[in-house]
Amino acid sequence: MSIVTETILSLLVLAGAVFTFIGSLGLYRLRDFYTRLHGPTKATTLGVGCLLVASSIFFSVTGEGLSLHEILVSLFLFITAPVSAHLLAKAALHRELPSLAAMHNNDRETKSEHSA
Amino acid sequence: MLSFALTIAFTLVGAAFALSFLRLLKGPDATDRILALDTLYINAIALLVLLGIHLASPLYFEAALLIALMGFVGTVALAKFLLRGDIIE
Repeated sequence: MSIVTETILSLLVLAGAVFTFIGSLGLYRLRDFYTRLHGPTKATTLGVGCLLVASSIFFSVTGEGLSLHEILVSLFLFITAPVSAHLLAKAALHRELPSLAAMHNNDRETKSEHSA
Repeated sequence: MLSFALTIAFTLVGAAFALSFLRLLKGPDATDRILALDTLYINAIALLVLLGIHLASPLYFEAALLIALMGFVGTVALAKFLLRGDIIE
């Protein structure tokens, strides 16, 4: 494996791991369900996508021929992540979970009423 | 260089696992727990892919593909149950 390939692989692996971590950090730290939904569905999907591209390059370089199994997994993940996020958001709306944005807007309305 | 990057990546994905698991324990609603489970299975795919690169073995992709399929079906079934009170109508 040449030094250029190894550098590209290391950067892709690091970027993927960092994005996966940021996604889970968002899931843990953010304050209401609707904002929490952003972390895993966007950042984590991108992170796993980076890792799968890195793995595809690694096995294409070391093994014989082009390795395309990874494309299958990443394609499946990129199709299913928005679908599950949409279903979860619908379930949350159905259960009428409180949203921070709605509370914020209510605050502003009451403040403008006081000032008027 | 690649093995060093892999060590850091294993640590970060492990930390991501721990944070998702904490959210799974904390809740506060069922939808949060389903989302945490969804994140856990995507993290498991990431960990399997990293393990495949680390051991230079292409055997782990079938496992990753199976986890991706079953995790999606599980998430959809749970979300549908919360939405309608029934999975197959």
